[in-house]
Amino acid sequence: MSVTVNIPADMEVVYEYPRSMNKVYTHYCPGCPHGILHRLIAEVIDELGIQDRCIGVAPVGCSVLIYKYFNVDFVEAAHGRAPAMATGIKRTNPDKIVFTYQGDGDMAAIGTAEAIHAANRGERLTTVFVNNAIYGMTGGQMAPTTLPGMVTTSTPMGRDVRLAGYPVPMSEILAQTKGAVYITRQMALDLPSIVKTKKAIKRAFMAQMADLGYSSVEVLSTCNTNWNMSPWDSMVWAKEHMVPTFPLGDFKMTDEVRALKVR
Amino acid sequence: MAKELLKGNVAFAEAAVRNGLQAYFGYPITPQSEALEHLSKRMLELDRVFLQAESEVAAINMVYGAACTGVRVMTSTSGPGFSLMTEGLSYIAGSEVPVVVVNMMRGGPGLGNIQPAQADYALMVHTVGHGDFHAIVLAPANIQELIDMVGLAFDLAEKYRTVVYIAGDGSLGQMMESAELPPMKPLPTERPAWATIGAKDREPNAITSLFLGAEPLEAWNLHLQKKLAQIKENEVRWQEYQTEDADLLMVAYGTVGRICTSVMREARKQGLRVGLLRPQTLWPFPAARLNELAGQVRGILVSEMSAGQMLADVERAVAGKCPVAFHGRLGGVFPMVDELLAELKKLDQEVSK
Repeated sequence: MSVTVNIPADMEVVYEYPRSMNKVYTHYCPGCPHGILHRLIAEVIDELGIQDRCIGVAPVGCSVLIYKYFNVDFVEAAHGRAPAMATGIKRTNPDKIVFTYQGDGDMAAIGTAEAIHAANRGERLTTVFVNNAIYGMTGGQMAPTTLPGMVTTSTPMGRDVRLAGYPVPMSEILAQTKGAVYITRQMALDLPSIVKTKKAIKRAFMAQMADLGYSSVEVLSTCNTNWNMSPWDSMVWAKEHMVPTFPLGDFKMTDEVRALKVR
Repeated sequence: MAKELLKGNVAFAEAAVRNGLQAYFGYPITPQSEALEHLSKRMLELDRVFLQAESEVAAINMVYGAACTGVRVMTSTSGPGFSLMTEGLSYIAGSEVPVVVVNMMRGGPGLGNIQPAQADYALMVHTVGHGDFHAIVLAPANIQELIDMVGLAFDLAEKYRTVVYIAGDGSLGQMMESAELPPMKPLPTERPAWATIGAKDREPNAITSLFLGAEPLEAWNLHLQKKLAQIKENEVRWQEYQTEDADLLMVAYGTVGRICTSVMREARKQGLRVGLLRPQTLWPFPAARLNELAGQVRGILVSEMSAGQMLADVERAVAGKCPVAFHGRLGGVFPMVDELLAELKKLDQEVSK
């Protein structure tokens, strides 16, 4: 399934497939933003020149097979345990660059303890935290970030906050820890926001490379399949409904992180 | 190296340091916390990795992450903490990375108490978390053996890329006795080819326990079972005491095995020809040798600090060849010499009828 293009010698390369990605088809549903986010991370790894010393920690969820798509070393964590596993890797290999890719259930439900403590210890790790307000792989159940009133397969009448509590503001929580140096929430729902998200991911990796502390980039995303919407409608819906609950912006950026020259 | 007076928990921790321990992740729990305390100082002195985790769940996953990069890594805990670690241990087993875990068992179920017990036998010996797997389970009976088994545990874990448990109990962790530590070994300088340490000048490594298809996962399981069969073939360990002329046999491990050596001496003074088989590996279990001895003796007495968890493995090995009696104490109580002597006499009378 690989594609080979022969470039004539007299032509300049202005675009190429990221070296840190494998040329394979992903298993994601049509319209799913995971592929976009994988690509942004791969471009950042390429641009920072860290492909040969980068180790990714795969989550449980739709992106459980992420290691098939990246041309970097990967380990597969249990659901929610990626920050602990990444801690074990980074502490024993401080010269490597370690990142976790986690969903909302992983980060804000089953793995809340591991996430907060990794951040609080200031582990030199980078997390890309994909928030689509639903459990995708298990078939559309309520996530910790499901919006009040939102219908899922485990909240058939809509999320009743008296029964199921409120959406967990994970980035706001992580920003309270002293060990976190860069905590931001972005969205990947249109071209400008995708460009901004890439810059945030790059800053988060650079914070780790500069040995500053823990960084996390939350990305508001969609699940058109389990939201029962077209890809386009899901992007519009996320902007209209998720952003008011999960405001975008930097919740923590230390002066050292701010001073990083992110191009 | 000279003998010195050592506490069990400190002894195994220091033995691990001298056997090239590169990283330790743990969470305090009585009765093994002295190991964590010792390593909190020693590992930093030696510029190695020590981290007190936020839970045993996190600790075992830190161990998992470090093990994926090919370093010598361990954790230690006791019953309730071990229960929490079973999730991570299943992943570790399923992805074939070498890990050593010490469990200084305490009384259960639930919070139980902090007295010595052997009631985690089934949990440690019959499975590793969810799924089909066995860890190698080493069962030391004194502090010298505990020290010696640390080096063995690392070697076996790395040889077979598997999980190795050291099954001690609270008394082994807490007591002090004279023992000799090994000399300091240099740390390994190379990492294994499968380690995830960055895809430098090679194709990327992926360490996972995920096999989505039924047939691929069955094939992976068969691969794991083949490894377990090799371990069963090569790594059964036990110690026998005066079995040559024995017509009654005791079977016990760890601290109870040690108590049984006193029982045996006392019984022999009183004219009973008693022998002892003390399994040093609980998995693989010395079933074949036990089956042989069952054909020689008139009866077997099993003793454990549990309601009879190893008993099932003994009965399976004996396969009806002779009567098997049991005497266990629960909740952190030791079976005492006089109790076991009385049980032996009872067994002697029953098999003499």
